[in-house]
Amino acid sequence: MGFYILLVLLIVVDLFLPKHPVFPWEGYPSFYGAYVFVACVGLVLAAKYILRKMVKRKENYYD
Amino acid sequence: MIRSLPPAAILIIGAFLIPFLKGRLKSAYLLLLPGIAFITVVSIPEGIHWTVGFLNYDLIFGRVDRLSRLFGYMFTIVSFIGTLYALHLKNEDGQHVAAFLATGGALGATFAGDLLSFFVFLEMTTIGSTYLIWARGTEASYTAGMRYLLVHLFGGLCLLVGIVIHVHQTGSIEFGVIGLNGLASYLILIGFGINGAFPVLHAWLPDAYPEATITGTVFLAALTTKAAVYALARAFPGTEELIWIGAAMTAFPIFYAVIENDLRRVLSYSIINQVGFMVVGIGIGTPLALNGAVAHAFNNVLFKALLFMTMGAVMHQTGKSTATDLGGLYKTMPLTTLFCIIGAISISGVPFTNGFVSKSMILGASAHEGMAILSFVLLFASAGVLHHAGIKVPYFTFFSHDSGIRTKEPPLNMILAMGIAAFLCVFIGIFPGPLYSILPFPVDFVPYTGAHVLDQLQLVSFSVLAFCLLILSGIYPSEMRATNLDTDWFYRKGAKVFYRLADRLLGVKGDASVPHVVGTDREGIRGSEDRKVSS
Repeated sequence: MGFYILLVLLIVVDLFLPKHPVFPWEGYPSFYGAYVFVACVGLVLAAKYILRKMVKRKENYYD
Repeated sequence: MIRSLPPAAILIIGAFLIPFLKGRLKSAYLLLLPGIAFITVVSIPEGIHWTVGFLNYDLIFGRVDRLSRLFGYMFTIVSFIGTLYALHLKNEDGQHVAAFLATGGALGATFAGDLLSFFVFLEMTTIGSTYLIWARGTEASYTAGMRYLLVHLFGGLCLLVGIVIHVHQTGSIEFGVIGLNGLASYLILIGFGINGAFPVLHAWLPDAYPEATITGTVFLAALTTKAAVYALARAFPGTEELIWIGAAMTAFPIFYAVIENDLRRVLSYSIINQVGFMVVGIGIGTPLALNGAVAHAFNNVLFKALLFMTMGAVMHQTGKSTATDLGGLYKTMPLTTLFCIIGAISISGVPFTNGFVSKSMILGASAHEGMAILSFVLLFASAGVLHHAGIKVPYFTFFSHDSGIRTKEPPLNMILAMGIAAFLCVFIGIFPGPLYSILPFPVDFVPYTGAHVLDQLQLVSFSVLAFCLLILSGIYPSEMRATNLDTDWFYRKGAKVFYRLADRLLGVKGDASVPHVVGTDREGIRGSEDRKVSS
């Protein structure tokens, strides 16, 4: 529960904190949180459904 | 008297006295060697020292400037921590000697002012490292060590040929900025690249490191790749190709890390990812980027050694290192759990840890150069680090499903070594000033601004959120016993095909299997004594 409060807090603080974005998208509200969430889900899905399909072999494959 | 020997020589020559000492005297001596080497690194003035004539050239064993001194600090500190961690090994003089040879090699390469002695010292690191892999005494470690040696001999050969051509062209053996400009420089870059685990040339690292001894892996993780980072910072700063090589290094290993079951192999993939950040910094080549790259190397050695030490402590106590076999250990190993979490939040770059104060320099430098795609890749890679090294390693080891293993904390020396590394991770995170003051260029960078901290906290929290949701929904890939193919497939399968062909064509009786029977896993057996599995 505390964790979800922290998430909400981070999003709220983000709205009011003055930023000095180098790239325009860094100024969007909660850009970092959103990008990272999508990236992590994409990472796990790609690793599980694409990479594992390609490279997984039996544990004693090389023996 | 201390100043009479270069730091590398203190470790290398000092190592040969180890077998003649016993008991407490030996323990004291083991810790004294890196101590003396550290004091030497602190006290030598900047400039050129220890010059020896060789044929028509001058070999320089002590080129001391801000860059080499920083790596000197790093290697001597990790030598002390790693030796303390291995202090309980009573009848393993070979491992102590090999560790000092490997560390001495890295120190020698760091302070070498000429390419020839640099090359010799780098090869010494390879030899010491190979012994630390073989010392595990298993069949897997024997074959992995052999592959490690062959790959590094090939890399050494590329490097040597490159150096010979370079010396022939320039008439000088000075080890300075080379830059990418022709065959010699490409060969030298490939030599460095094999040591630095560049993409495609990287497979030796996750292949060999998890097979090394528990205490040896701590040294391996700190030495070879960081010596390569030093060499790249020395010879190829601002080489644009390195930006993209580094970016690829930050990104691709995290996919492997997500599906890998052996947690020491997960950490090995994460070494490549971390070195990638440094390579990017060197490729950008601005003072901020170079500062960030070497500061990150320094910090990385601390938290990566800490993570390997905590996994080693688990392995020492339980004989296991795979996610499928572990879980729930926080109940009986609370201190180790705490140290692992400190290592994990440091590598994730959580504010008030050392990872935060150095990685933000590299990210800042890439943004300053206006490289949008690079920024996206590095941000993705930062989130990925958190996912595997930051959450997966502590989660599957100490929490997750209860494996039923009941054990106890590792020996005191291991706890102390982990404690020192953990302390330094947090100390540098809170007080980055001392680290910033020893970087190669003057530092004009404030890590703790509101925006930096908030962005990083969002990055961490939402990555954790993604992990939790994926675990709860059952989408996160389940732990599986498996071999995941990597680029080592080409030479591991290739060698077998070659043997079969040679057999067929020439009648040579080739056998790619292990030529002799090696002992059983000494460490696994030793660890299992302490283990009680409740049913």
